Amino acid sequence: MSQVPSDLKYAKSHEWVRALPDGTVEIGITDHAQHALGDLVFVEVPEAGRSLQAGDACAVVESVKAASDVYSPIAGTVLEANAALASAPELINQDCYGKGWLMRVQPADAGALAALLPAADYQTLLAAEGG
Amino acid sequence: MSARREKLIFEHSRPGRGATAQWPGPNPDAAPSTVPAALRRRSAPLLPEVSELEAVRHFTRLSQLNFSIDTHFYPLGSCTMKYNPKACNQYAMLPEFLGRHPLAPDSQGQGFLTCMFELQEMLKEVTGMRAVSLNPMAGAHGEFAGVAMIRAYHRARGDLARNEIIVPEAAHGTNPATATMCGCVVREIPVDAEGDVDLVALAAAVGPNTAGIMLTNPSTLGVFERKIPEVARIVHEAGGLLYYDGANLNAILGKVRPGDMGFDVIHMNLHKTFSTPHGGGGPGAGAVGVSQRLQPFLPIPVVGRDGDGYRWLSEADMPQSIGRLSAFMGNAGVLLRAYIYMRMLGHEGMSRVGEFATLNANYVMARLRAAGFDLGYPTRRASHEFIVTLRRQAKELNVTAMDFAKRLLDFGFHAPTTYFPLLVPECLLIEPTETESRETLDAFIEAMITILAEANEDAQKLKGAPWTMPVRRLDDVRAAKQLDLAWKPPTATLSG
Repeated sequence: MSQVPSDLKYAKSHEWVRALPDGTVEIGITDHAQHALGDLVFVEVPEAGRSLQAGDACAVVESVKAASDVYSPIAGTVLEANAALASAPELINQDCYGKGWLMRVQPADAGALAALLPAADYQTLLAAEGG
Repeated sequence: MSARREKLIFEHSRPGRGATAQWPGPNPDAAPSTVPAALRRRSAPLLPEVSELEAVRHFTRLSQLNFSIDTHFYPLGSCTMKYNPKACNQYAMLPEFLGRHPLAPDSQGQGFLTCMFELQEMLKEVTGMRAVSLNPMAGAHGEFAGVAMIRAYHRARGDLARNEIIVPEAAHGTNPATATMCGCVVREIPVDAEGDVDLVALAAAVGPNTAGIMLTNPSTLGVFERKIPEVARIVHEAGGLLYYDGANLNAILGKVRPGDMGFDVIHMNLHKTFSTPHGGGGPGAGAVGVSQRLQPFLPIPVVGRDGDGYRWLSEADMPQSIGRLSAFMGNAGVLLRAYIYMRMLGHEGMSRVGEFATLNANYVMARLRAAGFDLGYPTRRASHEFIVTLRRQAKELNVTAMDFAKRLLDFGFHAPTTYFPLLVPECLLIEPTETESRETLDAFIEAMITILAEANEDAQKLKGAPWTMPVRRLDDVRAAKQLDLAWKPPTATLSG
């Protein structure tokens, strides 16, 4: 059973969003996503300063099985990407909600998080997909 | 019993040993080297030192460790790996073909030109297209030619805004790459639960920027796209063109033609469907066929008929051509093999390829379903390939598609395609092809049933597989991360 922490918001395309106290957000891929991909061997993260629309392909995660785009759950500007992933993509497999975070973003609209799925709804989505 | 691992040739090496009979000796006539002294190597290269017989045995043993179509059933889905009749190779090797100079005048190459002209005609007939160019040297090259022609067509009409290529998510992975290479923007659209293109999403995606759609039919889901007339109508009405990825042509040979479905351009992987070398770099051949409106843009050269003879058509004949994609006639020797294959099969044989490719896939699918395997698209008839999903086994028994694939090796079968298409979790994409006998298919089915029983009773037999191969389960992660394949001697033995 995939872990779905209750304090995060989720996108249907299997990314999570954590609201930080300073109004910025942290974004990564979910436990379900990392499990489906398998062992990651390469991660490409966006450059700081890049401006994103919701749904933009903003990162690439590559495993021994497949390469997949990661889609930005919200519009905003990239403040910082997780540089540790370049040499240690396995951080996403080991700790996808912690050390395996992908990027920190300044949201264009503070209310954008409300449109994302709460944990219970994401769990329902996973159940419907058979995960 | 476990097969023995063959040592590296360097591990057979002993200082001073060699194959002196094979050494031509120093050349007293050799000119002095013009390489500046500073750039010359100072130490001897690291080469293995073995006898002639050791070298022969080493490479013969290595060749015996291979899985190949000549030794094993090879059910790789979406990448038709059928058997190439030896005659195709034999007749393409006739000295008259091998000795032909590519710059020889047309009058001295009428035999070869006749074969190429007739191959163009046969491919036109089998695909229902208006014209064919044999120029592209691989499937991806053919895709490039196809999208380049679509762009040239829109540009020639002054329709400069059309730079979007629509790609359904069931398409081949090369399609978005090709569109990007040609300077287009890719718009992906979903397929519905039964594997057909989502028409609502398609209608929403087309517009004044639509250059075309790239479609694989049958798709990589192993099903025939049933809404193809509607897809063609929506895209054509929006001003776009239809591109057919011919990777799965094997299923429809002699039965239904892309030209009749409304497609404007198709690339044909001659190495998949028409019996030319595949895998390991081929060389490939990616002929393209087009509808009337794209005919002026075909890559050159094309063979034309002039009275009783044949000649190369060039820029003078086809001023709007997208140009040359190879120096001469693509991979000419490979094209000959496709020509011979089609001549051997004939019109009626071509239909039987499509029938048996489909029958074999549906036979294996029906028996596996009866044995308790879940299908990716259970309501659909298979085309030439079908999808088994092991999602339930992964969840309940903790055995994956990869475990099944590895265990199949122990039974003497090359694994089917695993984890593709990405839409179906824990999938095996199985394509038996028309060239396998009922007995071979039954043996494969029995192996699958045995492995399913093992998964239920003793999953370790799968998790630890393969047990009988010289190399066991590979560390895929390390292999992908550490690409250093150079052999270095243990430091102790390093000298001078």
